[in-house]
Amino acid sequence: MNSKRKKNTFRIRFPSSTENLETIRDIVKKLALKAGCSGDEADNIALAVDEACTNVIKHAHKFNARRMIDLAVIYTSEKFEVIITDKGKGFDPSKMPKPDLDKYVHEARKGGLGIHLMKTLMDEVSYTFNPGVKNQVSLIKYITVRDT
Amino acid sequence: MSGFEVRRHDNGDVSILHLHGFLDAHTAPRFEEALQNLLREERVKIIVSMSELDYISSAGLGVFMGFIEEIREKKGDIKLSNMSEKVFKVFDLLGFPCLYEIYDDETAALEKFNASSAS
Repeated sequence: MNSKRKKNTFRIRFPSSTENLETIRDIVKKLALKAGCSGDEADNIALAVDEACTNVIKHAHKFNARRMIDLAVIYTSEKFEVIITDKGKGFDPSKMPKPDLDKYVHEARKGGLGIHLMKTLMDEVSYTFNPGVKNQVSLIKYITVRDT
Repeated sequence: MSGFEVRRHDNGDVSILHLHGFLDAHTAPRFEEALQNLLREERVKIIVSMSELDYISSAGLGVFMGFIEEIREKKGDIKLSNMSEKVFKVFDLLGFPCLYEIYDDETAALEKFNASSAS
């Protein structure tokens, strides 16, 4: 029982640049597999984390690579959580409606799709905002127990 | 690092863009540039072949959204082909199969373009 509940924590801080997205996806995927997620689940978590980091890089830090992003992965054999923290200009994606694709086509819009993906891929997505001080997004996936 | 690459191959008035590697917020501008170049040359019949695309995020999907209306207004289209199951899943989650024609291979997409030109 105790080993099941054992909490593992992994933290990294990296420059807020799209150049780092591939590395972040690789790290998160490896940790998700280690936690017991299936290959598909690990891919989904890595994609959701990419979307969350991309939002921070674009909207909170406006592509300023001197700003930093803190990423914490906390997992047990039952739950995999990724917390992404920045100190930039906050924006509240939870208030954004589900994208209307027809409208997107007419307006040649490119953004906003990632938030919908994050909500679809993860079990829980939540935000806390304190612009300029600390903004956080938490992504949670509950790990399906598989028969061995 | 496997990165990302776009290779272009023209077949008559149809241009085929082969995507390789990872299409994310970092690499999407290169795909965007490839589509811009085609538009500049007035080549609007486009097949995007994804057999070697390993990953796509919403930044990559956004590029398709940014160009499709202009291309269709010019009597062209972007047809998609050779998607892996993993890449298709992301397109599907956002409802893209309703907006884009998706084919198993380039030949089928090419035939569709040729059939539309003949009619």
